[in-house]
Amino acid sequence: MNKILETMNLTSGYGDITIIDNISIYLESSEIVTIIGPNGAGKSTLLKAIFGMLPIFNGDVKFKENSIAGRNPSEIVSLGASFVPQTENIFPSLSITENLEIGGYQRSDNFQEQLDKMFQLFPELAKKSNEKASNLSGGQRQSLALARALMLDPVMLLLDEPSAALSPVMRQFIFEKIKEIAALGVGILMIEQNAEEALRQSDRGYVLAGGKIAFHDTAQAILANPEVGQLFLGIQKEK
Amino acid sequence: MDFLIIENSYLLLTATGVMNWFVGFLTTFAIFAIMALALNIQWGFTGIFNFGVVSFFMVGAYTSALFTIGPPGEYENYIMGFELPILFGWFAAMITSGIVALLIGLPTLRLQRDFLAIATIGIAAILRAVALSTEGFVNRARGMNGIPRILGDVVSGPDYKWVLLAITLTTLVIVYLLVEKITASPWGRVLRSIRENEETTKSVGKDTVNYRMQAFVLGAMIMGLGGAIWAHRMTSIDPEAFNDLFGTFLIWTMVMVGGNGSNKGAVMGAFLCCTFWFGFPLIQESLPDILGNKVFQLREISIGVLIILFLLYKPNGVIPEKPKISRHL
Amino acid sequence: MEEILQLVVFGIVIGSIIGLGSMGLTLSYGITKFANFAHGDIMSLAMYIAYFIVVDLGLMGPTVFSLSFGWGMFLAIAVTIILLAIFSIAIDKLIYKKLRRDKSNIVTMAIASLGVGIIIRAVVTMFWGPFARNFVPGIHEAVPITGNILIKPDQIFIIALTIVVTIVMYYLLYHTKLGKAMRATADNPDLAAVSGININNILAYTWAITGALTAVAGIMLGIQAQVYINLGFNLLLPMFAAVILGGIGNPWGALIGGFVVAISSEVSTAWIATGYKPAVPFVILIIMLIVRPRGIFGSNI
Repeated sequence: MNKILETMNLTSGYGDITIIDNISIYLESSEIVTIIGPNGAGKSTLLKAIFGMLPIFNGDVKFKENSIAGRNPSEIVSLGASFVPQTENIFPSLSITENLEIGGYQRSDNFQEQLDKMFQLFPELAKKSNEKASNLSGGQRQSLALARALMLDPVMLLLDEPSAALSPVMRQFIFEKIKEIAALGVGILMIEQNAEEALRQSDRGYVLAGGKIAFHDTAQAILANPEVGQLFLGIQKEK
Repeated sequence: MDFLIIENSYLLLTATGVMNWFVGFLTTFAIFAIMALALNIQWGFTGIFNFGVVSFFMVGAYTSALFTIGPPGEYENYIMGFELPILFGWFAAMITSGIVALLIGLPTLRLQRDFLAIATIGIAAILRAVALSTEGFVNRARGMNGIPRILGDVVSGPDYKWVLLAITLTTLVIVYLLVEKITASPWGRVLRSIRENEETTKSVGKDTVNYRMQAFVLGAMIMGLGGAIWAHRMTSIDPEAFNDLFGTFLIWTMVMVGGNGSNKGAVMGAFLCCTFWFGFPLIQESLPDILGNKVFQLREISIGVLIILFLLYKPNGVIPEKPKISRHL
Repeated sequence: MEEILQLVVFGIVIGSIIGLGSMGLTLSYGITKFANFAHGDIMSLAMYIAYFIVVDLGLMGPTVFSLSFGWGMFLAIAVTIILLAIFSIAIDKLIYKKLRRDKSNIVTMAIASLGVGIIIRAVVTMFWGPFARNFVPGIHEAVPITGNILIKPDQIFIIALTIVVTIVMYYLLYHTKLGKAMRATADNPDLAAVSGININNILAYTWAITGALTAVAGIMLGIQAQVYINLGFNLLLPMFAAVILGGIGNPWGALIGGFVVAISSEVSTAWIATGYKPAVPFVILIIMLIVRPRGIFGSNI
């Protein structure tokens, strides 16, 4: 057991409105964990609270055994965590290489090495390295967003709906990349609307409803659970 | 008042002086309160970022002047000069300001808020340039002189200031009651919801640009009225007098200090700012010489500091708007 | 034809001033997202700081290279750049920072900036009076470029300085880590923050660079025209026009926008009375706002 992330009774929200209440989850190295749940359940709020983008009303967040509650995103990044927002997750007017340079902003050494690693992982980006990011297609943008987040060699990656607005082929591609990244030893916590597809790639899953954890099990168990399937996955199938 | 005359002639001098100043001050306050109420419709209730208040101040003043003044004499060169009754001048001022607002609003009201501010502050500069540069329009930099006084042919002498005060205060009361009624109406509620969230308001089927235009034009008409009263009160106006500091920023300060979205606040803000602005030069005597002749700059510095302090520490003003937002339009 | 060419030359000189001023305005606009209505007055402040150094302190020195001024002006430019960089950061920390924290919208910040502008104008008037002054008294002779088209050595200096500053800015924004971080922050501040960039540092650097550009533009304006408090504010509208023309946050767009606005204003005087010249940038502005509010070149740096 190597928990890199652990939230303890985490409560957070916007202004004085509580959105997520008493959340306790954990993440291990190399693990892919998906949080599913209906719209408005507080999935994005949870990720933002973990990453220091929202105030924590109660509870604690531990990253590599140390509390990161109250730290700002730039400090959390320097500790080895990374975050990919759902939308606007690239710098459109910067070139591909510049996007990755910003990803590695806190890096002082071996920048070129890491850049080459990213271009190996995402060869389609290497071909366009000097082009503006705004010229990229949807799937390439998502690749760039992932690559940017990996520039500092993080041990944990938070992904906000990485497959949203992608074609089925591109979704498959991105999920494969996510598995490759996890295989490198990175723990991945993601939230997903395409719940069934995401759970098939995951080790474990949490079901978030009404700001609380409603259910927690291995991904296979959740997929096999008729109750959860009907409540949270059936909706996806009908789409 | 008579007892003052008997008691002490020296006191009479000062007391009359104080009285005169105070009557003049209240008249000015009433005009500015009308302007502040007008801006409150645009900014306070609707969120229209009009940085060109002085444009409508100026249009109203010039329109009423041109309709009511006599034909141009020697060395003068302006249009119209119809010698019409002052009430007609006021009416024309409101209509003209409304039309100017409509013309300005058509291209600009769709813009995002700060763009609108840039556009409206620009229009004020253009109007001044036109008034200064166009021969045979409004007498250029020489300005309009000899604008008739309100009821000037009926009252004169020391009584005039009282009549003027009574008329401006009455106008203020009428404008206040009108604005209160309008802003409390369902129409006013739509304006507030536009200010809070234009997208949501649009989504329930309200043509928000149209509502913004209505509020912009209504506010401009009232500003035009304020300008008209101002012209007849001053009896001479020129383009340089309508600067951004005096005609726009001061009125903005009133609304921000008073509490935007509150009509009582706008009037209170006008009173506080007028007291500050017109009372400030009175401290000149008590300042050391080195500062005494800088009293006008000190006043400008103080008003700048005042608005910044309010924005920082009392953003809702002295009389904040009561929350009236309803979720149901 | 010669008249038009002469006006174009003059437009290039004025365009240099408006262009550099707009570059500063657009950088802070792009990152802070609010329209700084004090920008013109800070430009005026720059000329008075320079005036204080070269005239009040008497540091001008003998004239150099046929220019109307001496080495003291170069010193004044350097000192003013530093002072305005510090001043711009200080205003941000004192006023705008708190308004940002209070989630005040861009409108509140714009009104506050108008207040800052009014304070600056009043303070300058308090110390130097309301009348126009000159860095150097007397008329400065113009020299012919070709035929009857003339230019003053001071104006050549203004154009040359603009080229130098533009090259420095290009290097800074495209070839330094700070510049790339600034562009990233203007592009997407939230993502810049989760990439580990300290946004407050970037804001401070942006204000410093804005202050420096404003200093150079303001002093150039004082050299070209006069040292007069209203000059900066009068350029506010042309600068906003240039900024919107070039796309908010885009310094090259702002520079080109500055030339477009200035040259068209100057050339327009061949047909319309000089008094209407202020209307030209405004017409450009309104057309841009209606037709292409994101600017000709887009809002990207």
